[in-house]
Amino acid sequence: MKIFKIILFSLVFFYFSPLIANEIELQNKITKNLRCLVCQGQSVYDSDSEFALSLKLLVKNKIEQGFSDEQIYNFLTDKYGEWILYDPKLNKNTYLLWFLPILILLFGGAIVLKKFNKH
Amino acid sequence: MKIRVLSLIIIISLIFVFIIFYKSLNESSYYKPISKIQDIPKFYANSFYSKKEINSIKIFDEDKYYLFNIWASWCLPCRDEHPILVKLSKNNQLKLIGLNYKDNLINAQKFLNELGDPYEIILIDKDGTKAIEWGAFGVPETFLIYKNKVVKKFIGPLDQNLLLEIEKTIK
Repeated sequence: MKIFKIILFSLVFFYFSPLIANEIELQNKITKNLRCLVCQGQSVYDSDSEFALSLKLLVKNKIEQGFSDEQIYNFLTDKYGEWILYDPKLNKNTYLLWFLPILILLFGGAIVLKKFNKH
Repeated sequence: MKIRVLSLIIIISLIFVFIIFYKSLNESSYYKPISKIQDIPKFYANSFYSKKEINSIKIFDEDKYYLFNIWASWCLPCRDEHPILVKLSKNNQLKLIGLNYKDNLINAQKFLNELGDPYEIILIDKDGTKAIEWGAFGVPETFLIYKNKVVKKFIGPLDQNLLLEIEKTIK
């Protein structure tokens, strides 16, 4: 009987553990991308402030309810604005941020190309 | 020719840097929350006294102004603003709803016994997730609500000036 119980327990455990691991991974990934709004220079993942603890719990609950990471980000930007995300979305306020590195790269490339042609 | 292009590039980049610095120097370095929430969030929470679950839709359904206040007994600014809330609760145009944030219920009860209970309903937020539904950062925070919309949001304790502002708004 005891052996049967152990087998049953291990079956259940090994069946669910990858699922739980995935959820924790997703939770960590999301909370690392959230700015702790009441701390300085910390993500929600790194912080142990009251605000960050609640936010971690909320993200965990939402994942358990079947929310995708995109849906959770949308939910939080609705409440707190774009500032809560470390990885800002592309919009009219951030297009310079996104395209400036590419522009600089192209510009640099053009200069290099010009020099090569001369030689 | 080459020198001219080079100096042009330097001048342009200097202007660019200048504009960016000038703009950001004028901005306050304090974080100002821009919350887009206009409609009040829908959620379930337990009542402080009856411990029964209440649907948030049923709380704000009257044609009145509501003042939704997030508080805790461990929060000192809440103690400062409490007399203002008690004053506001005497106004019959206004209904006060409290959200007890991450608190020990015995301490919360002591706090209310000591300073008075201005709230019509108190909801419990044991883990802080309900406050996040409201886009709040901590305690105290207060929302003035009319017809299921957030009219005004006050971060930090209410004071005499804000009391006058609220009274002026609900007249």
